Amino acid sequence: MTYDRLTKADRLTEAGGSAEVGDIAESREAVSCTGLVYAFGDTNAVDGLDLSVREGEVFGLLGPNGAGKTTAIRCVTTLLPVPVGMVRVFGNDAAGDRMAVRRLLGYVPQQLSADSGLTGRENVVLFARVFDVPRRERAERVGQALAAVGLSDAADRLAGTYSGGMVRRLELAQALVSAPRLLILDEPTIGLDPIARTGVWEHIDAVRAATGMTVLVTTHYMDEADQYCDRVALMHHGRIRALGTPDELRAGLGERRRAEGASDTAPPPTLEDVFRDIAGSGLDERSGDFRDVRSTRRTASRVG
Amino acid sequence: MSAAPAAPLPASADPAARNLLLVPPTPRTGWRLLPARVGAMCAVELQKLRHDRTELYTRAIQPALWLLIFGETFTRIRAIPTGGIPYLDYLAPGIIAQSAMFIAIFYGIMIIWERDAGILTKLLVTPTPRAALVTGKAFAAGVKALIQAVVVIVIAALLGVAMTWNPLKLLGVAAAVVLGSAFFSCLSMTIAGIVLTRDRLMGIGQAITMPLFFGSNALYPVSVMPGWLQTISRINPLSYQVNALRGLLLGTPSNLLVDFGVLLVAAALSIVAASSLLGRLAR
Repeated sequence: MTYDRLTKADRLTEAGGSAEVGDIAESREAVSCTGLVYAFGDTNAVDGLDLSVREGEVFGLLGPNGAGKTTAIRCVTTLLPVPVGMVRVFGNDAAGDRMAVRRLLGYVPQQLSADSGLTGRENVVLFARVFDVPRRERAERVGQALAAVGLSDAADRLAGTYSGGMVRRLELAQALVSAPRLLILDEPTIGLDPIARTGVWEHIDAVRAATGMTVLVTTHYMDEADQYCDRVALMHHGRIRALGTPDELRAGLGERRRAEGASDTAPPPTLEDVFRDIAGSGLDERSGDFRDVRSTRRTASRVG
Repeated sequence: MSAAPAAPLPASADPAARNLLLVPPTPRTGWRLLPARVGAMCAVELQKLRHDRTELYTRAIQPALWLLIFGETFTRIRAIPTGGIPYLDYLAPGIIAQSAMFIAIFYGIMIIWERDAGILTKLLVTPTPRAALVTGKAFAAGVKALIQAVVVIVIAALLGVAMTWNPLKLLGVAAAVVLGSAFFSCLSMTIAGIVLTRDRLMGIGQAITMPLFFGSNALYPVSVMPGWLQTISRINPLSYQVNALRGLLLGTPSNLLVDFGVLLVAAALSIVAASSLLGRLAR
């Protein structure tokens, strides 16, 4: 563990910042969005998003289907242009210097995106190659990435034979092989059974602990965010409606409820309660258009 | 560092080893980037073919039938003026080009499948410019076509077609096959970028393969075509590919400079078109 701590410190020194807890002002921003607007036709999927992810934290972007999470993530990953506003990844403009941003990113999209016609190892090798890992260290690096997600034994089987949880871990290895500074995961546990969900999160956690990389994750599972995220932002109708550590958000709602006269014996609020409080009754109305639901179902059916 | 790692990274277990997952690779820049990406895409294509050879075998059936049935029959009829060479010989280069085109023209379906599966999305977030990604895919289609060409050449040789074994000329044949499939696969990816769904692309692919094939000199010389068809043949890259293949394999008169020039320009234009539309698939 000493080694881990050392490498994490090294990494932060190299990045020229410090991420000591409580030292907010000095910690560097991994992602910053200011006034981001992205519209599909007449609908503003992202509607004036301001977001700041600190280096080294696990940041959860939460919200129901259709809240604009995936669109926001796609602007950060350079998949979508930035029509209005500014998106920066470690200071690089995501609209201008796309290649520089991409080199810092490891991205796991919502779909199970491993190529089923290749083995696990070949899937990771492809990403080593497109991130310019030199031939002499390719095999070793790929081996380390597969070991980090516990897939060493299954590495030479076709990815088509993997379970949903294994595919997710393989995608994590694909993202890790280029040593990204920012890992972006879009609904990493969607469609997975509870055990596979825990497995995926434990690996994300372990990787973060060992490398100190920043993790930006979207999810609509509030319980996962509560357990694994350092800070969360609740997104609704394209904007951030609340921001803080899960404890802060829950405690905030608890206090307000007590002030409104709720009894002390009432169960402490969950993140989901916080979200319902913020989103109000409109929660089920506009959330999740047909395409969202369909793609979610498709993912679920691929997982089996 | 609060949570205990579920599966410690290799370096945690053995502090002496270098943990490469902490060291970002040095980026390739400039001209070295494109060949590296093309190599990566071609490697994937070969790996997939190694795992599943079914496609290789089933794809060999159609050209074999063309040569065996159509070729043998028309050789006996002697209806088509071929400039003194047996019709089967005349047909063989045409079938090489046709079977390679049939593979490439449906390559866009794979791109759409990769889009639906999230594979394309993920590749677009790597330091790979879109043009490099499309070029990589185009050459990967060329790898498939090349294997197909070898199969057809072997079948033709077994049927007694007298072709050159000059390695330099065979290299030229390989170049013509790769350039032709680069064009047709990019044409397919361009259409994919416009129609965005597999079903529509399938329909359009079916609709254009036969006109491209019959509107070329693959089966018969341009001189026997009606005037309007000659015009189509003249703007059809498949004709130039067949011309080059015939010139190289059989030694028939052909203008290789023009043939390769047209194939190069066509491939380059289609790469530009496909890469400018690729973004639509990522949305």
